[in-house]
Amino acid sequence: MSEKKKKLLQGNEACVEGAIYAGCKFYAGYPITPSTEIAEGMSVRLPKVGGKFIQMEDEIAGMAATIGGSLAGFKSLTATSGPGFSLKQEALGYACLAEIPCVIVNVMRGGPSTGYPTGPSQSDIMQAKWGTHGDHPAISVTPAYVQEILTETVRAFNLSEKYRTPVVVLYDEIVGHMREPITIPAPGELEVIDRAKPDCKPEEYFPYDDRYLIAPLAPFGSGYRFHVTGLNHKQDGFPTNDSKVIRENNERIMRKIEDNKEDIWKNEEIFLDDAEIAVFAIGSTARSARFAVEKMRAEGIKAGLLRPLTIWPFPDKAVRELSKRVKAIIVPEMNLGQMVLEVERCSKGAEVLGIHRVDGEPINPGQIIEAIKKFK
Amino acid sequence: MSEAAVKKLPRIVINEKFCKGCSICIDFCPTDVLELKGNCVAVKNLEACTRCQLCDLRCPDFAIQVFD
Amino acid sequence: MSAPAVTEKKEKISVPFDYNKYLRPNKLPHIWCPGCGHGIVLKAMLRAIHNAGLDQDKVCVVSGIGCSSRTPGYVDFNTLHTLHGRALSFATGIKFAKPDMKVIVVTGDGDALAIGGNHFIHTCRRNIDLTVLVFTNATYGMTGGQYSPTTPIGSQATTSRYGSIEPPFDACEMAKAAGATFVARGTAYHTLELEKTILEAINHKGTSVVDIIDACPTYFGRMNKYKSATHMMEVIEKDGTVNVKQADKLPPEKVQGKALRGVLHKVERPEYCEQYESLIMEKAKGK
Repeated sequence: MSEKKKKLLQGNEACVEGAIYAGCKFYAGYPITPSTEIAEGMSVRLPKVGGKFIQMEDEIAGMAATIGGSLAGFKSLTATSGPGFSLKQEALGYACLAEIPCVIVNVMRGGPSTGYPTGPSQSDIMQAKWGTHGDHPAISVTPAYVQEILTETVRAFNLSEKYRTPVVVLYDEIVGHMREPITIPAPGELEVIDRAKPDCKPEEYFPYDDRYLIAPLAPFGSGYRFHVTGLNHKQDGFPTNDSKVIRENNERIMRKIEDNKEDIWKNEEIFLDDAEIAVFAIGSTARSARFAVEKMRAEGIKAGLLRPLTIWPFPDKAVRELSKRVKAIIVPEMNLGQMVLEVERCSKGAEVLGIHRVDGEPINPGQIIEAIKKFK
Repeated sequence: MSEAAVKKLPRIVINEKFCKGCSICIDFCPTDVLELKGNCVAVKNLEACTRCQLCDLRCPDFAIQVFD
Repeated sequence: MSAPAVTEKKEKISVPFDYNKYLRPNKLPHIWCPGCGHGIVLKAMLRAIHNAGLDQDKVCVVSGIGCSSRTPGYVDFNTLHTLHGRALSFATGIKFAKPDMKVIVVTGDGDALAIGGNHFIHTCRRNIDLTVLVFTNATYGMTGGQYSPTTPIGSQATTSRYGSIEPPFDACEMAKAAGATFVARGTAYHTLELEKTILEAINHKGTSVVDIIDACPTYFGRMNKYKSATHMMEVIEKDGTVNVKQADKLPPEKVQGKALRGVLHKVERPEYCEQYESLIMEKAKGK
């Protein structure tokens, strides 16, 4: 590798490094603040590694072409922000049902609508889960540091390839535009997973073979001729009205996530062993929370932090267990109450308090300290 | 040998499961070979068939073919 | 009964075309209504693909949503039935990622020109090597006969009970203006001519658009007082169009108000995937 291993990079640039490291060979997208640096970076990097970059005519086309690139057999990425994420939702649902791996980065900005394009936000957490219509599986990873944007982008590709489903990388504008020194991992240092490909005869291939929870996916043009549709389908990929098949398939695509939550979940725990008051936060808010918790510990207050790096599927087990041994769980988030609802759902015993902010300013450690002190 | 005995007739194969009875083949047949029977095309005058294939070419349903 | 005049030059075919090679077993009969032109167009498309000598493993047929967009399910290629209006975007992803594939997009007039209008013009602008077959029946058939972007002014539809007041798009003019390098029109009625036009479109390097006029007897036909599918084919497709080569020789009054058939525009311009590989990827390697 000719590149120096240490680099001072912006979060969005680290995302590009992560995608290239993961073996991404295809990017289709549309410019939008504050995610555009990802498109810019991919347009430079991809052709150097034999990959393709295309700027599409709109967000919808960006998502659709990304799925097309993946069907052709290439690890594919698109990046967007708030309004663009809204526009991508229909095609995101298509990727869920058709089980086409791909990674979507959403650098969250203030909303609703055009909102506050240059302001940070965490108000797309629920959209990452429920944005597209119909019941569908959702995986979202939530890095908080520039280094972590790289590693979590790699993990997003791995999860996407492994579970044959779209994965959303969700981070706020602050970490997206923050610059930090990071280390580019050496080849082989991080695990890179490629989708399973079939080894059966083409005439025996089913793209949704019901002998598997996750069937191998053949690239288009590889001799396996098959059909893909956004309609409810049978194991051979063709549409069906058979209610039993529809139910089983809809349940299976949920089950492939549900049955593998332990593999998909990833949490960072800080001072939680003996904590009496816990903070549950992601992204830049978790950075404020970490500062607050450390300050509280210095003052002798037993505060701790649970920081999920996978927000979907929601870390319900970790929250449930935590809630049994702490007095309170404080949920700071740059929205008017999204994660807090999930924490309330999972909490058994602990009091849950949300801290919310939607003015384009970050939640500062002082706000969190103030909340912690209410429970000391 | 008479000419009629020598003349080889074409074979018109109709797939009754596919035919939806739209009548396009009947209406556009230049020599009026076909007719509608119930909801399906049928041959009424095979001798007139010139093997022009227009019935096949314009059949939307893969329901009729003419073999030599 | 008097048979309508055969305007096409008859070709001597001793053996009928064997469509089975290109059809998926047990998928027929198709879902289209009696007399729907889509089946006629599908057959012309399969003959053209056969005549182009394409390897089935290297052909990808992509569609959006609507009646015509059900085509991929019946044909034995790499097939993709996508979202309403987005066929061209999915197809662009596939073609750009794997330029050795022949990607054919099957789309309806509503799919291509209304909900997918933006993708349509930008695909033409890029001149990416896609063959786009627009099945133009002036109707949203799948949803029950609403007016579409090609419905003529004054026509009845379930959403224009008092007659449509919207001027229709000319898909060919639009494609040409947007930069498509091959633009043609055909009809289901002129099925052999259509086959040749689609073949020429497939063989063209760049974005090729074929606007294919066919009939929706169930909705457009019934609501606009056509007696049958045949009647629609005679009035709209046969009498309502004129081949562009004949049009030059005819007096203006014989061409007035008729849609032109045949290859309407054909130019050479660098193709998108080739440009990317020769200009972008080569330059990037050096840096």
